[in-house]
Amino acid sequence: MNKTIDCRGMACPLPVVNAKKASEELSSGDILTVVVDNEIAVQNLTRFGEHKGFTVTAEKKSDSEYAVTMNIGEIKSSVNNDENIECAVDSRSKGMVVVLSANTMGTGDEKLGAALMKAFVFALTKQDKLPDTVLCYNSGAYLSCEGSDSLEDFKLLESEGVNILTCGTCLDFYGLKEKLAVGSVTNMYDIVETLENASKIIKP
Amino acid sequence: METEVKLTKLASCAGCGAKMGAGTLAKMLEGFKTHSDPNLIVGYDKSDDASVYKIDENTALIQTTDFFPPIVDDPYLYGRIAATNAMSDVYAMGGEPKLALNIMCAANSMSDDTIREILRGGYDAAYEAGAIITGGHTIKGAEPIYGLAVSGFVHPDKVLTNSNAKPGDNLILTKPLGVGIITTGAKADMVEKSLLDKIYTQMATLNKTARDIMVKYSVHSCTDVTGFGLMGHSYEMAQGSNVTVHIKANDVPYHKEAFELASMGLIPEGAYRNRRYAEAGVKLKRDIPLALQDIFFDPQTSGGLMFALPEEEAEACLEELKKFIPEAKIIGYVTEKQDSYIILE
Repeated sequence: MNKTIDCRGMACPLPVVNAKKASEELSSGDILTVVVDNEIAVQNLTRFGEHKGFTVTAEKKSDSEYAVTMNIGEIKSSVNNDENIECAVDSRSKGMVVVLSANTMGTGDEKLGAALMKAFVFALTKQDKLPDTVLCYNSGAYLSCEGSDSLEDFKLLESEGVNILTCGTCLDFYGLKEKLAVGSVTNMYDIVETLENASKIIKP
Repeated sequence: METEVKLTKLASCAGCGAKMGAGTLAKMLEGFKTHSDPNLIVGYDKSDDASVYKIDENTALIQTTDFFPPIVDDPYLYGRIAATNAMSDVYAMGGEPKLALNIMCAANSMSDDTIREILRGGYDAAYEAGAIITGGHTIKGAEPIYGLAVSGFVHPDKVLTNSNAKPGDNLILTKPLGVGIITTGAKADMVEKSLLDKIYTQMATLNKTARDIMVKYSVHSCTDVTGFGLMGHSYEMAQGSNVTVHIKANDVPYHKEAFELASMGLIPEGAYRNRRYAEAGVKLKRDIPLALQDIFFDPQTSGGLMFALPEEEAEACLEELKKFIPEAKIIGYVTEKQDSYIILE
């Protein structure tokens, strides 16, 4: 199986992180092509590939397009430290933001709403493409605090690199400031900016 | 609780890695009209760490400024590291910082608490250095910046430029390298917290002790190893002194983990810039692993002092340094100018 990943527009060290992840899914004899937009990424990818024992060739297609091709050889079963380090696997969907503006889902019975929300967050962890960011505000702030049924799911998302952000004003209002159990606090500037820059907003 | 907005997320470059390349800068300043002044001991014509102006027989004023975008998420630590780094240039001239002004750009998303913490870090570093922050200037902008403009004093005869290394000198470096590579590795989540804590502490440590010990010896030349990396700063010292600097690759202190990260291609852009700038002046006497070379080109934030002193005094000086700074090492020596400015051996 051959694979091409497009890492144009990505800041260092993301091309290497993505190439590492992609190479782990390939096997001996496969070819991985990484497309990047700058010379430095080419050099970092070349170092990465050679370190892994792959045969690496780089081709400049234009000033903003370079293709680094790695021939995945017999992968060295080295005892290098990096094999043991958990790599930030980037399975996030670029620019996807999930907005949780209440601790229940939909209007109607509150109990049902809470159960639906719990199921929603659980289902979120099972998606192939995870969001970049989950924003919790108003009573949604309860979801990321102690006592929430979704804490484990949020922690799982966070460990996959998803940003869990909870509105600070809301935490204050509900007296939850000391109870936040996952992610970090955000403010309205950040919320506006996150929503502005989102490529897709999901609001259950 | 965590800080509200991750500071490093607001920055596009980390720490001294954001520094504009030495070559680019020199080209841009070419041909500008400037006054000359006999009291200006160190000025624009030398690529030194700070400018030095003689006030009278016993006093010279040192001026410098340094600032950069967040390199860590903890605002207090960021302030401390930025201020420590800014004062380092005064120590590198052999002087002592006295007055400082804050230079700050605050992003809209930063809370008052965050801003206060950054400033508190700066004040603490200045206090430890014996300097006074008397004010400053703060603006709002897209990307946070913090640093200081620092004034210090030195005896005019005791100014340590980066351009006076002499054949027969040994070179001492006081902080291990690899900070830029490790912070890049951290962005890929490939660095353990214990190592990060170690380099944060290193970056927040003033070069004051190193300077105070150094000035007791007949040091000829000094610089701090920061944005241009060991190779870039050695290149400046060798060119300015018209000598050849020999670096014994195996003696250079660096964080072991940086080697692995560099092998994997987790190298900051600044390291490539530094290579472009200094590579022409570097000759390899033997095969040196690429990853180790990358560490030598790696931009350092708030790096250590590198100074040249007569070989006869080097061991004694190192001995004294090691009591407080166990990582300090003799990393090379200076000879008459040979066919290249730097020889890695």
